[in-house]
Amino acid sequence: MTATTADSAGTGTPRSAKDGAERLRAALLHRWPGKLLVLAVVAAVLVPVANAHWGSGLWPGALTVDVSRPLGDVSDWIIDNRDTHPLFLYFLGYLSNAVIIAVRAVYLLLLALGWTGVTAAATLVAWRVAGPRIALTALISFLVSGLLGMWVPTMQTLALMVVAVVVSAVVGAVLGLAGGLSDRLFRLLRPVLDTMQVLPAFAYLLPVVLVFGIGVPAALLATVVYAAPPMARLTALGLRGADAGVLEAVTSLGSTARQRLITARLPLARKEILLGLNQTIMMALSMAVIASLIGAAGLGDRVYQALASVDVGGALAAAVPIVLLAVVMDRTTAAAGARLGSEPSGPRAVRGRRGWALAVAVTAVVAVAGRLAGSTLWPNGATIAIARPVNDFKGWMVDHLYSGVPVVGGTADWAAHFTSWVLDPLRDGLTGLPWWGALLIVAALAWLIGTWQTALTAVLALCAIGVLGMWKPSMDTLSQVLAALAVTLVVGFGIGVLAAGSRRTEAVLRPVLDVMQTMPQFVYLIPVVALFAVGRAPAAAAAVVYALPAVIRITTQGLRQVDPAAVEAARSLGATRWQTLRQVQLPLARPALLLAVNQGVVLVLAVVIIGGLVGGGALGYDVVTGLATGDLAVGLVAGVAIVCLGLMLDRVTQPTERRTRKGA
Amino acid sequence: MTGTRITDSRRATIAATALAVGALLVALSGCGAADMTKQSSPFAAAKGAKSVTLSVQSWVGAQANVAVATYLLEHEMDYRVDTVQVDEIPAWDALSQGRVDAILEDWGHADQEKRYVEEKKTITAGGDLGVTGHIGWFVPKYWADAHPDVTDWKNLNKYAGQLRTAESGGKGQLMDGSPSYVTNDKALVKNLKLNFDVVFAGSEAAQITQIQQFAKARKPFLTYWYEPQWLFNEVPMKEVALPAYTAKCGDKGIEDPKSVDCAYPSTPLQKYFNTEFTRTGGDAATFLKNFRWTKDDQNKVSAMIASQGLTADEAAERWVKQNPDIWKKWLPGRK
Repeated sequence: MTATTADSAGTGTPRSAKDGAERLRAALLHRWPGKLLVLAVVAAVLVPVANAHWGSGLWPGALTVDVSRPLGDVSDWIIDNRDTHPLFLYFLGYLSNAVIIAVRAVYLLLLALGWTGVTAAATLVAWRVAGPRIALTALISFLVSGLLGMWVPTMQTLALMVVAVVVSAVVGAVLGLAGGLSDRLFRLLRPVLDTMQVLPAFAYLLPVVLVFGIGVPAALLATVVYAAPPMARLTALGLRGADAGVLEAVTSLGSTARQRLITARLPLARKEILLGLNQTIMMALSMAVIASLIGAAGLGDRVYQALASVDVGGALAAAVPIVLLAVVMDRTTAAAGARLGSEPSGPRAVRGRRGWALAVAVTAVVAVAGRLAGSTLWPNGATIAIARPVNDFKGWMVDHLYSGVPVVGGTADWAAHFTSWVLDPLRDGLTGLPWWGALLIVAALAWLIGTWQTALTAVLALCAIGVLGMWKPSMDTLSQVLAALAVTLVVGFGIGVLAAGSRRTEAVLRPVLDVMQTMPQFVYLIPVVALFAVGRAPAAAAAVVYALPAVIRITTQGLRQVDPAAVEAARSLGATRWQTLRQVQLPLARPALLLAVNQGVVLVLAVVIIGGLVGGGALGYDVVTGLATGDLAVGLVAGVAIVCLGLMLDRVTQPTERRTRKGA
Repeated sequence: MTGTRITDSRRATIAATALAVGALLVALSGCGAADMTKQSSPFAAAKGAKSVTLSVQSWVGAQANVAVATYLLEHEMDYRVDTVQVDEIPAWDALSQGRVDAILEDWGHADQEKRYVEEKKTITAGGDLGVTGHIGWFVPKYWADAHPDVTDWKNLNKYAGQLRTAESGGKGQLMDGSPSYVTNDKALVKNLKLNFDVVFAGSEAAQITQIQQFAKARKPFLTYWYEPQWLFNEVPMKEVALPAYTAKCGDKGIEDPKSVDCAYPSTPLQKYFNTEFTRTGGDAATFLKNFRWTKDDQNKVSAMIASQGLTADEAAERWVKQNPDIWKKWLPGRK
């Protein structure tokens, strides 16, 4: 889902891809020897000093700060004062109550509508907003949720989502408005939003839980933190990008700044705002499952509970409605965005307000009919149990693939090889690297690809990890990220190139990628353990599955947007397909490929951490431990280390190009 | 200009509505202090049903307790039951806040007991579950039969080579489960000078899956495991004897967990309730207080859920149909 963010970022490319690539290459060619020279000089001066003072190897103990005591005190203070301190009684408590009341109100409304009413309403809204095809998708999706026996959890998730999306959209819109109207706020906001987007959600579950306790309020607030940034980013982008000519015209008519905003700038930014809403919805949904770790009920909780009894089928039954909700919401908001400004279609009777009135009337009739016909809940008998066949299939797969397959070897053997031939050397290498060496490498990479500011951020982030005393586990996590990233990029670029070359391949791939992107990661954590044995290998495998779609999509899009004239010219000069690809398309698509790497990094990191649940160890394990034992000192420090690692990786892989293009 | 006036008035309406909604929220939340100790789930008691929220822990035994309690509450007593999956220690927190009403199986958390039961009194002890829990190190029976001396910790180092995996590097692998489970294994390995590495599977599900895989290939393994557990029926295991548990060693472990060098104690599993719930919970509270069964009963239900592929609800239904004389005693007023 974060990948869709990337897609949206990519939509601006056609115009700038070519000159972007040129500029980038020019920048790299002209400046990198100088930058390296500067770094080499700095290193020559500082390294001997650092070495003499603190030695090499892992981050020196003298430079760490132990924060576990103060964090433990904070945690105790919160627990002891939560029921009495005014901060909780008059502020956080209200916040929490408001969330509960709002979610409950939506939930009761959904229950009152009954399954017939909700299905009708969803179908009709999709029809009004996005047309008949998507309406059919919505209809089928809701029926399938009922058939799978997931009606009540689906309604719980929906209630949570409605409130979370509304809050995220409002928060995001306010931030975006501020950033769109004021240059100073925009400059302030940009790094904040950048950072919020690289934070893996897993890392900040614990502090939210400590304050609000397990349950819906905590889950909702964690979701808002995760889902609001795209809305803010795209609203600001839309407002800033408004056509200057139109604004000039409106100003010349003598309108005030406020009128200008309402009559011209906001309408002009509608497309971006809708896209922001679309992203916000998708991210909120992807949080639904992770938030189940802190007691958000609904579908996510079902997935999580099923996992606890190694019930892949049960997990899948709860995951399918999540995927379907995501698909329906994504298509509906995307279609709404695409249809903006186009002529209304269809017969007169169903256009505009009349159409909406009709939709409301039909919903009411269907809801009442459903109520009269029986219970408002999905009838108990009318469900299909998919859990057992799915589990049987998983069993069959594991029996036949785990080990002893002739010639290629079983999946367990691959996992063992991957662990001892790739993961172990990488980990040993990274932990064996002197700490100042790691800092230098990071500085060099970040500076070569970005500016001195990005390099500074990256280096400081890495230092923070060391200071917190998390150097070793962070290097372990880093080795897993790098290994999984390498696999993701090799496979992703390969498939991306294939898909760019053939429309048919792309069409076949699309639904597969959709499912891979929206399927909650928890669902495949158990099958990967069954196939790859407990350890770091299954975590890496799950990460590859999750990050692959984004990489494939951005690669395909990037290659497609390469100027056809350039490709044609190469062909006419007698270049083979391979030559064209290697010498024309790939270089021209470089910004897109770099973006793919960046997205791959962020997504892989997010899952490698969740891999702590299947033996990934390192930082993810510490966060799980912190969550499971309510230990702020363990969990929060690991969480902060993850955030720093994410920042560092983002800066090291983030082409400056992306910033200027995204503009937010 | 009329256009702007209309928008202005509409905006005023929106603002007024927002204010009204805000005021309503404040009114609904009880005027004055918002009590963080009385926050039930927004999904509880929908449509005026009497409802109970139970915490489910991640292991199947806990699920079996909850499944049977849920089935009886729903079918015999007309309650609606919500379940929330929470890890052990956060569950205590949730219990004290009223997010859940009861924990049915607790493996002993001295710190939490002191804080919530003795000091804050937001949680009330609910008595024995009737099942005694035991944690230990286990090896598969097929392997122990071939090498009988492996069931003594003193001989473990001899077998470290056979227990090596890619993940444990040059040492033997001792597999642990979820980080939330009570474990001293890292300290034990160190203090007993064993040539082993503790590999955390990260969750019980991952650990079970791995054990099943080992058993299928009839490979040797050494794992942290516990009774009662349904998996023993599927993969028979033998316990490795660790230095015997003594009260002295236990006290030392509470002082400094890193100093532990003896086996785990056996724990009679306990129930805990939200204090408010014991007062206002009515029949449900009485029922849960009476709920008490044996290890065998729990294992029967667990095995149906975890290895025969029944849903928790089906498993509970089957057990309830077969054992009316056990659960009839739990129902309030029919003792």
